[in-house]
Amino acid sequence: MASFFKLTVLAVIALCSIVAASFARDAAYQLHALIILLVSSSMFIWVLRGTGEQYLTLKTPEGREAYFDEVIRYGVIATAVWGVVGFLVGVVIAFQLAFPWLNLDLPWTTFGRLRPLHTSAVIFAFGGNALISTSFYVVQRTCAARLWGGNLAWFVFWGYQLVIVMAATGYVLGSTQGKEYAEPSWYVDIWLTVVWVAYLAVFLGTIFKRKEPHIYVANWFYLAFIVTIALLHIVNNLAMPVSIFGSVSYSAFSGVQDALTQWWYGHNAVGFFLTAGFLGMMYYFVPKQAERPVFSYKLSIIHFWALIFLYIWAGPHHLHYTALPDWAQTLGMVFSIMLWMPSWGGMINGLMTCSGAWDKLRTDPVLRMLVIAIGFYGMSTFEGPMMSIKAVNSLSHYTDWTIGHVHSGALGWVGMITFGAIYFLVPKLWHRAGLYSYAAVNWHFWLATIGIVLYAASMWVAGITQGLMWREYDDQGFLVNSFADTVAVLHPYYVIRGLGGVLYLLGGVIMLWNIWMTIRVGERESAPAAPVAAE
Amino acid sequence: MSILDKHGVMERNATLLMVSTLVVVSIGGLVEIAPLFYLQNTIEKVEGVRPYSPLELKGRDIYIREGCYNCHSQMIRPMRDEVERYGHFSLAAESIYDHPFQWGSKRTGPDLARVGGRYSDQWHVDHMWNPRDLVPESIMPAYPHLIETALDFDFIADHLSANAVVGVPYDEEMIRDAKADLVAQLDPDSDGAERVAERYPKANIRNFDGREEITELDAIIAYMQVLGTMADFSTYEVETSR
Repeated sequence: MASFFKLTVLAVIALCSIVAASFARDAAYQLHALIILLVSSSMFIWVLRGTGEQYLTLKTPEGREAYFDEVIRYGVIATAVWGVVGFLVGVVIAFQLAFPWLNLDLPWTTFGRLRPLHTSAVIFAFGGNALISTSFYVVQRTCAARLWGGNLAWFVFWGYQLVIVMAATGYVLGSTQGKEYAEPSWYVDIWLTVVWVAYLAVFLGTIFKRKEPHIYVANWFYLAFIVTIALLHIVNNLAMPVSIFGSVSYSAFSGVQDALTQWWYGHNAVGFFLTAGFLGMMYYFVPKQAERPVFSYKLSIIHFWALIFLYIWAGPHHLHYTALPDWAQTLGMVFSIMLWMPSWGGMINGLMTCSGAWDKLRTDPVLRMLVIAIGFYGMSTFEGPMMSIKAVNSLSHYTDWTIGHVHSGALGWVGMITFGAIYFLVPKLWHRAGLYSYAAVNWHFWLATIGIVLYAASMWVAGITQGLMWREYDDQGFLVNSFADTVAVLHPYYVIRGLGGVLYLLGGVIMLWNIWMTIRVGERESAPAAPVAAE
Repeated sequence: MSILDKHGVMERNATLLMVSTLVVVSIGGLVEIAPLFYLQNTIEKVEGVRPYSPLELKGRDIYIREGCYNCHSQMIRPMRDEVERYGHFSLAAESIYDHPFQWGSKRTGPDLARVGGRYSDQWHVDHMWNPRDLVPESIMPAYPHLIETALDFDFIADHLSANAVVGVPYDEEMIRDAKADLVAQLDPDSDGAERVAERYPKANIRNFDGREEITELDAIIAYMQVLGTMADFSTYEVETSR
């Protein structure tokens, strides 16, 4: 009966997507309809072939793991692969800015279309998969309960990958809402909302059936991340589609209201997606890897509530000196500066968790990765409040300084803590004694770290140089530089930034290889095994 | 008993934790964003800003499609160097019909808020063909395909309707005539040209790319040439309480 219902639903979806594809008004919409047709018809065949056999598979619960880890194994691989793809696109667009012929004069490969591909790939594909898979791992271990909802977790995983594929192909074909980090078109947004509700259900359902009386701190952060992202996503993407057969829509808000809604969303994509969620990771993986308890329980309470309360106010600092009313700009600045405190509360709690285990930094490259991530978190959460001061922002805004700031957070904090978590998870999930190569982790660590330093340093210089050149006057009171002058001067910094990106990408490729070998062979023995005498 | 000890209640009740979180994260947005919809001094008083003509709207769609906002801002800040370089600082009133706003966040290329009328149509045609022919230092991608692609405007009326739903004051006649108005804007000698000028004051009415076919380049140049030219600054008074 259940499979009959499934077959009906899948058939209806497949038929609708045929209709949608034939009435499509633009290329992106048509391709997406065809993708959905392909997915729904393959699932139809898959369900049809399995009909009748399901009875047997349901009857054999033996061999079932206590925890639902299969979906996490997929998630970890997706994280690593999407990560490398996202870094690669980043390197390509970095070099496009240094060598414009790399835009290839084709509509699909211009910077304007590939930049959203890069940002979405690293934030939502790499970061999102990292958050979903680690949250599934952490919530099961800290609640001593199997994931709630059975195959719903699979729906979350595959549904999320569909969002990524539709968003990415859409950008290349020119489908975008034109709001940074909220570019996917209206139907992708609706689908993401469905997937996200399922994600919340799995996560919260698992917490409800926990065997531990207390909800562990990591789960507070994951939960705050999930519910806040839902709120931000829905409000910022309110829009009126031109037609149900096309990808174009017009935002429900306009001008100044749209601007603040967008940056309320945009800054809290940083605050909740890239910070709160990853703090959840920190609160599980750092204590585990250091084998020490969390430094301060009270600090974690204070910094959790302060962080989520203050972050949401910080959006207007993206709109300093714009047509946004001054009172809102000032509020945004004040709260951004206050945000420094809870941010460093998290940093201190993470770093001090290593008290008594600092010696492990010499021997354990995975812990080193987690710790440098916290270091970068501290740096960028100092730099951010500083840049939100209006006087500083008047120089830094619109320049590459902002890009450098974002990347010290994204590459340093988000990237490194994810790499650390992946290196922790892979041996556990595939039942290996350890990673294939710890030397490779070390290589990854140094390549990534040097890459970030090149990136951040070149973008500081580029941003401050350009900002000062824009406002440079001669003694007659005339502007000294044309805009083109200030572009030409950036060339060497753009090349250095691209090279930094190459190093970071190389580290990611080494990680992929290391994961692959760990899964295939397990831990490589460091010395040839000594012959054992018979006793 | 310190207040932190009471936090245990929150840690044992997932629903309470989730609801409290939602309440805490809602406050900032409500206080900052909601007033923008009703405080009267949010939008400055200035005359002249009107909805985009069908051709300009189509050009704006292309501007968004190509991701121009990734490198170009449309927001001049009230600083001496910006005002001298780009013109009068931008007003909130100038983007009231922008769904979505295109203020941007990065100037890899210059600000475009007042690019309208600064360069000739032919300059834009050549610049889109290959920016480095005109500005050797430029790192902008070339967009030769815009010249070669015919503008798809069969459904332009639906685009106006969707904008009307979200509050842009297009009336029924504007929506009905959208397709005709789009074509008429490209030909000053046409019957509809006068109608376009009346409905969309200050609209540039001419063939933008110099070709007979209606191309995507026509639309995007029409959009760029109107940017920043609508507001009549003789009617604007600086409001200090904003």
